[in-house]
Amino acid sequence: MSRVRIALIGWLPAYAVLYVLFLYGPVLLLPLFSLNDAATPTLPLAGWTFKWYAQLAGNREMINAAWNSLQVGAAAALLSTILGICGARAITRYQFVGKRPMSALIMAPLVLPEIIVAISLLLVMLALGLSLSLVTVTLGHVLICLPYSMVVLISGFEGFDRSLEEASTDLGETAPGTFRRVTLPLVAPAISASLLVSFTISFDEFIVAFFLSGSDPTLPIYIWGQLRFASRLPSVLALGTIMLIGSFVLITIAELLRRRAVRRTRIEGIPHG
Amino acid sequence: MTVAASSAHAVQQGTGKRRRFLRSELARGLGLISPGFLYAFLLLLLPIVLVIAHSFWTQDYLTIDRTFTLQNYRQALTEPIYQDLMLRSLVISLVVSITTMLLAYPVAYYISFHGGRNKNLWLFVIMVPFWTSYLLRVMAWKVVLGYQGVLNSGLMGLGLIDEPSNAFLYNSPAVVIALTHAWAAFAILPIYVSLEKVDRTLLEAARDLGDGPLRAFLRITLPLSMPGVIAAILIVMIPTVGDYVTPRLVGGTEGVMIANAIQAQFGRASNWPLGAALSVTTMVAVTAMAGLTVLSLRWLARSAR
Repeated sequence: MSRVRIALIGWLPAYAVLYVLFLYGPVLLLPLFSLNDAATPTLPLAGWTFKWYAQLAGNREMINAAWNSLQVGAAAALLSTILGICGARAITRYQFVGKRPMSALIMAPLVLPEIIVAISLLLVMLALGLSLSLVTVTLGHVLICLPYSMVVLISGFEGFDRSLEEASTDLGETAPGTFRRVTLPLVAPAISASLLVSFTISFDEFIVAFFLSGSDPTLPIYIWGQLRFASRLPSVLALGTIMLIGSFVLITIAELLRRRAVRRTRIEGIPHG
Repeated sequence: MTVAASSAHAVQQGTGKRRRFLRSELARGLGLISPGFLYAFLLLLLPIVLVIAHSFWTQDYLTIDRTFTLQNYRQALTEPIYQDLMLRSLVISLVVSITTMLLAYPVAYYISFHGGRNKNLWLFVIMVPFWTSYLLRVMAWKVVLGYQGVLNSGLMGLGLIDEPSNAFLYNSPAVVIALTHAWAAFAILPIYVSLEKVDRTLLEAARDLGDGPLRAFLRITLPLSMPGVIAAILIVMIPTVGDYVTPRLVGGTEGVMIANAIQAQFGRASNWPLGAALSVTTMVAVTAMAGLTVLSLRWLARSAR
């Protein structure tokens, strides 16, 4: 054991903890200042209050935007998960020509600048003569969510034991029956995880919605509009806090489900009952 | 799944060759992947082709003139304002991607080599902020760095400065900090994955043969984790070059980036062909820079041994 090694082993955990603090610190300031009894986010805090949250409750414009985001998120999550199920199944189970380039195109939005995705969608929608609405936002969000759905579903489908399905068919179950009674219970956690992850992404997504939403704003677009007014910052912080908590809860559930999916397909095999 | 069911149905009606084809891996695989593929084809690949086409056209108020011209590229490449914005965007994305990778590497190393049973927990804790709203994370930096922000009031409270400073917000460094923070979590994953693949017995062998920890790291761990390092840099560099939100929220006039100019062409200025040419130029430029970075990193890793 040299001195370098000892020093490294001592410092690495401390550095890792610092890194996590760097990641969380600025984000946690939003909830902190959303409870601050002052219009500006300055230290020390002026006192505790819930008034910014109370103000949100009567804000029709905000509630309308939240409702829009919920609809877009639900539709985008459903569509991208359905497309993702097919794609992930194809990738984990079959060998075929063109697998790599085809999946590369599906995954491409993950590494492209979002503004490129947004303006190309905008041009196509306008060229097709579609008017901008929540539908165009949803179409764009499906494109953004699909790679994430694929990642979650592929990790859930990998190691899926084919012989379970074959056994079911051999024992006389029909194809739809096998799907419903064998395949679905095994992959259900991964599917739910994909729904939650893509809903979260769509709900928080800004750039594509910024270019593709017409007169109906989503929640991030509403927040963007509010940022121009310094006096509205506290209520934006309160709204942001609610969104942060929502994302955190959904992503935690998604991760727990994804792990259960991995455990089910790899170790337990078939669930009881 | 419905595709599988319908192809199974078709199998019963088909005969001979057709039946064998439909049962084949190829047909089922293609059938299942095609909905997602067609979606991406119609709403990503074709639109990008349309953007490239627009970049060679011109616009007169609301009508698009489809005669081929290089005028937009001439404008995008020679006008000083676009040259400045392009150069700044490239420099910012290069600085952000390399900083993010350097900051992330030790953490990925720690989790992979010393994470023990808590590996998954560490990864989850680090990834959580990435799933929260990007807009909110950047906005948080406005709260930190602003004139009446946390940093200023904190420094004044400590007596280090007498009055709030304007120096923290609305400049390129603020953009770099906010972007580094926003992408920090994402850069860990590829590095972690490549470190997990490093064969631990190679390190034991190096130790047995007399290499110190630093030499073993430089000669085994670092070269073997290079694919992850490169992936981490690219996965940050390419999206950040076209970032719109961060320069608008914390960049001020000095931190404006190329995406803001592109957005202006599709909004206020309403010159789609110029906006398209700027987009294509950005993508070509960042691809070239990414290629150069990969080459120089490989060269560095080889000479470090």
